[in-house]
Amino acid sequence: MLDIFRTLLWRDITLAMRSRADLVANLFFFIIVVSLFPLGIGPEMATLRLIAPGVVWVAALLASMLALERIFAADYEDGTLEQMLLTPQPLALLILAKVAAHWLVTGVPLVLIAPVLGLQYNLSGEMLQVLIVTLLLGTPSLSLIGAIGAALTLGLRGGGVLNALLVMPLTIPVLIFGAGAVEATASGLGGIGHLYLLGAILLAALFFAPLAAAAALRISAE
Amino acid sequence: MLEVVNLECQRGDRCLFSELSFTLQRGELIHLHGHNGSGKTTLLRALCGLILPTSGEIRWQGSAIDSLREEFAANVTYIGHKGAIKGGLTALENLQIASRLDGFAITEEHAWRALERIGLRGFEDLPTRVLSQGQKRRVALARLLVNRAPLWVLDEPFVALDRAAVGLLQGVIADHVANAGMVMLTTHQEVSLTTGEVRQLQLGVGALGHA
Repeated sequence: MLDIFRTLLWRDITLAMRSRADLVANLFFFIIVVSLFPLGIGPEMATLRLIAPGVVWVAALLASMLALERIFAADYEDGTLEQMLLTPQPLALLILAKVAAHWLVTGVPLVLIAPVLGLQYNLSGEMLQVLIVTLLLGTPSLSLIGAIGAALTLGLRGGGVLNALLVMPLTIPVLIFGAGAVEATASGLGGIGHLYLLGAILLAALFFAPLAAAAALRISAE
Repeated sequence: MLEVVNLECQRGDRCLFSELSFTLQRGELIHLHGHNGSGKTTLLRALCGLILPTSGEIRWQGSAIDSLREEFAANVTYIGHKGAIKGGLTALENLQIASRLDGFAITEEHAWRALERIGLRGFEDLPTRVLSQGQKRRVALARLLVNRAPLWVLDEPFVALDRAAVGLLQGVIADHVANAGMVMLTTHQEVSLTTGEVRQLQLGVGALGHA
């Protein structure tokens, strides 16, 4: 079973590495959205620091949604998704592998670039650390929850917009606790409680999202 | 043994076929006929479990396929209109990954040999997106050469193939039937599938007879 997981993970990462344009576009979208705010709001340090966690998190959320649209689309178009439904492997496991690959190539770069972007907002070292941890815990949840929506809207015209409308309300808790942890750290309250909640959301999503997405895929593929 | 009992399928509001019953035994091939839109692809997809029939039942070794799911999936190979090959991967990678997902890992040497036999010598290491239609089709069909599933469901397998490849594929199918395999296929091309027990199934008219 682990072998199947690894095979599919390797396949998706290899494919992503061979067509890097999508990944780079996604990363640049994130960088540009985050960088637009200081330009629009002005160089007021206190204001920037106040809005930073929210801005970075909203941008990460939007970038994830943008990338998620494609998670099953390519496999659907070339027929490999059909074959995945016909393999003797548990579909939820295959989906978990796909989501993991998707997060590694779209989510992790966001996490890595976030501290650099955070410098534009005059965030302290401690806040940057907490920001990285929240993104590390939160972005996999976004990918997992988004996979359900992507599976449901597969093959529909304008599926991307519909997916965002379906999924974004579900990601609000991740956004609240993600941005909240950084704000709580800044105000001296300590963000550890928020981090535990983010971890709990991630665990729940790890378990339920692949099952839900598997059920949705079986319907969409018909 | 595959049994189809009183199967009915609808697409949209239109009933494609109803009260369709037949059995497919080991060592048999069913050649499915029917005009465009008569529901051939729908029937083949329903047989694999990709589409839920409106009514009726499909049984594998006596149990309904929707209760067997993964157990049944291990016994079927479906090759549809979409070749299920990744343009970004090489022919070799495509074949190896497809096999591993199908539940049996093949060695690299085994994959090389299969690709050579299907006529892709020298193209094994190219990304399949640069191959021609016929070559892509060959990559997809190479799965049949390394496959161990008893039931093959083939939707227009001969499309885009040249004469040599059609001959080769016919040989592969004949071998499979001779080795107690089961094949259900549809094709509009004139091909002689004379080896083994060949039955013709006509959709749209509803008659099943021996050839």
